[in-house]
Amino acid sequence: MKVALFVPCFIDAFFPNVGVATLELLERLGCDVDFPLEQTCCGQPMGNSGCEKDAAATEALFIENFTGYDYIVAPSGSCVHHVRDHFTAIEATAESKAVRANTYELVEFLHDVLKVDALPWAEFPHKVGLHNSCGKLRGLRTAKMSEVDEPFFSKPLSLLNKVKGIEFVMPARPDECCGFGGTFCVTEEPVSARMGQDKVRDHKQAGAEYIVSADSSCLMHQKGCSERLGLDLKFIHIAQILNGARS
Amino acid sequence: MSSRNAILDSLRAAQRTPATLPDVPMFDAGLPLALDTFKETLAQMGGTWADRSMDGDLDAQIRARFPDAKVICSAVPEVAGTRRIEDVRDPHELNDVDVGIVRPRFAVAETGSIWLSEVQYQVNALGYLSQHLVALLDPADIVGNLHHAYHRSEFFGANYAVLMSGPSATADIEGVLILGAQGIRSLTVIPAPRVRYPG
Amino acid sequence: MKRVDHVKASREFIGEEKHLEFHDRRLWTLRTLRDKAAHGIEEWEELRSLASGIKEHTLTHLADYLEEFERNATKNGVIVHWAKDAEEHNRIVHGILESRHAKTLVKSKSMLTEECEMREYLEARGITVVESDLGERVQQLDHQRPAHVVVPAVHKLASDVARVFAKTLGTDPDNNDVHYLAEAQRDATRPLILNAEAGMTGCNFAVAATGGITVCTNEGNADLNANVPPLHIASIGIEKVIPKLEHLGVFIRMLSRSALGAPITQYTSHFRGPRKGGEMHFVLVDNGRSARLAMDDFWYSLKCIRCGACMNTCPVYRRSSGLSYGGVYSGPIGAIINPTFDLKKYSALPFASTMNGSCTNVCPVKINIHEQIYKWRQIVAEQHELPFIKKEAMKVAGKVLAEPKLYRVAIKAADTAVAKLPRAFIYNPFNAWGKQREVPDAPQQTFRDWYLKNRKAK
Repeated sequence: MKVALFVPCFIDAFFPNVGVATLELLERLGCDVDFPLEQTCCGQPMGNSGCEKDAAATEALFIENFTGYDYIVAPSGSCVHHVRDHFTAIEATAESKAVRANTYELVEFLHDVLKVDALPWAEFPHKVGLHNSCGKLRGLRTAKMSEVDEPFFSKPLSLLNKVKGIEFVMPARPDECCGFGGTFCVTEEPVSARMGQDKVRDHKQAGAEYIVSADSSCLMHQKGCSERLGLDLKFIHIAQILNGARS
Repeated sequence: MSSRNAILDSLRAAQRTPATLPDVPMFDAGLPLALDTFKETLAQMGGTWADRSMDGDLDAQIRARFPDAKVICSAVPEVAGTRRIEDVRDPHELNDVDVGIVRPRFAVAETGSIWLSEVQYQVNALGYLSQHLVALLDPADIVGNLHHAYHRSEFFGANYAVLMSGPSATADIEGVLILGAQGIRSLTVIPAPRVRYPG
Repeated sequence: MKRVDHVKASREFIGEEKHLEFHDRRLWTLRTLRDKAAHGIEEWEELRSLASGIKEHTLTHLADYLEEFERNATKNGVIVHWAKDAEEHNRIVHGILESRHAKTLVKSKSMLTEECEMREYLEARGITVVESDLGERVQQLDHQRPAHVVVPAVHKLASDVARVFAKTLGTDPDNNDVHYLAEAQRDATRPLILNAEAGMTGCNFAVAATGGITVCTNEGNADLNANVPPLHIASIGIEKVIPKLEHLGVFIRMLSRSALGAPITQYTSHFRGPRKGGEMHFVLVDNGRSARLAMDDFWYSLKCIRCGACMNTCPVYRRSSGLSYGGVYSGPIGAIINPTFDLKKYSALPFASTMNGSCTNVCPVKINIHEQIYKWRQIVAEQHELPFIKKEAMKVAGKVLAEPKLYRVAIKAADTAVAKLPRAFIYNPFNAWGKQREVPDAPQQTFRDWYLKNRKAK
């Protein structure tokens, strides 16, 4: 099984530890992981700004870099959602279709493909609020959505439940969007900031010490809001907890 | 070209691929008891169920329920009232009605609704200008759900028909529930079997 | 037409903490009630599919069904008119009123008549128009458009309504009691209904097989407006048609549950023909709907039954309020409908969204709202109407991100900027991120650099 690691641009730039944790975790679980050195971005910033056509070259580069792998794994729900569902600036070829279909978000990959049943090195004795990004939740369908009366399931929770000592607290609005939304966070700053503030206050009142998510973009936004509000909350990516981080 | 034809031409020019019409099931497997459900949903919608008084005297029961009522306008033979709907020519005459009495043709358990048309009202405004409404309902006339309601042929015999579910209501100001927003302030449903004629 | 500035309006709304808090809480409550009602019906998702299927079938055969509707309505004694646009709608309505010497028109809620700006048109011609729905009346008296399709004055507090009514109905300006205010409107409106020569309703559903329309209200004001004055006019958007009476079973079960979490509205009224001595007119209106039907990506928005569930669940709508969208329709459905009326004016609306997808989940007729929002962004960009981001900047971004060496330089620059620039540089009014948020810490190295150091060596 040939696995390639896709480290989204903003993780490469601002949260390299998330990339490191993802790589180490996959290796611990027995994967032989490549990191194509010429990778850049999935094209989401252009696509979400209405400039899908400007994303064409970036998308083509993505396909070029990741062709030939059985799985492409990325620690970002929104990027994977974009690759699987919005990669339409370039012409669909057998190659591009294969790459898109084989691109997995980390939690999906661990749960659906590796079917991880134990994480003996993981321990996280803290009260945790789980944040599922909208791209992951409604785009990639990794957990039950509150709008829909479907049986309960949660891929991230089923993985986190294997972590020793972890305790979950439930905010009042578990899957309301946190307000990052890509360029929305700066173009619609007033609403975005308010949404972020409401989100972190909700987790705080529920008793969370940490907010964990599979999306660093959401975490970056929430952390920014939380710090400005002076709330004593810490933020961590799910890859780091699953990889054994203690704090 | 008339606007009518311009619109129809424009719609046809859109050339949308025809989509099939799905069949709508009745969704009535395992529906709970109609009468019990009706009482529950009627209450949920703000209506009141009032059991028939012991002596069965509807006029007396209504007068006891609305002691300050001066004008009780009845559209049913079972209640005399102070005014008969048959004597009303124009809807505007009903503005002074305190209590209107009607008999819905049928009711819907799922939504706590009673069905009335000009056949039952005779003057439709009776249901809306009155301050309060009392409905005599035969429990045998309650159907299980809206799918059943919308298969009733009575709709085709009425120029006006309403599914009334509780009194007039609104929560437009700060979400505070108001009963009697524009129309009736209360809806009381009293069980009363319909007189059935043989044949 | 000047572009609607959603951001500016939202900033002002958020500045009013009491209003924002109530607005967000109230509409989230409606979303919660909707969940409870929907989850209480085992067949809810099947009903959604049926509702969507019925609408798609009807829309793809719309001309035929409109003809059937007209035939049956005419047979029932209704006079049917056709208006290709807002102007014609207003002329027709005015013509009917004038020919019957009607000076006062009482009406119930109709988003279509808002679209047509009918009130202004009639009032300019000496006809008094009275909104009978409480929320609509508040908005009318305050010279504002409705802020929500179901609860038009949800952005107002009782104190705001007290202010409006004190000025217009002569109520006590210091009395915020909601019962007092509602009763005052009831008392003030009743004589207007009794003296009106004409009543108007909108239309929730027009049934082709019966030639009749269905109007859903909670106040019963449609029933008052239609059954007291001798003349009843109904304004009907052509997309409101459904084939058969039995289809109402699906839509009526879904409408109020989606809107308010109630099993049905207090009044579900069916108008098929005039009463004895009365007169009934239907005005069928296109106003851009047939053009929308031809749009491959966007015709699905015609399925909309105006329940407002998308507004209630939208985190952006709840924190900015309907008026910030600057159009008749707001929230998610507004973002995909309004651009069809005026692309430039409403070009910011598809960007007033995080595309979180909640709206699509609650839509009873399965409109893929958030996907249409994404597609509208492409159209706005194509027409060079981008409200915030310069198209040129996106071209540059597209080039940089497609070129690994350029990308690595840009990343390094971003890291350096965050690490080295003084706080005042980063946190100033021109840097939107930093207004209310801290900037992420600058890492020591990029992931790629770490990889090269720690893995590639092996």
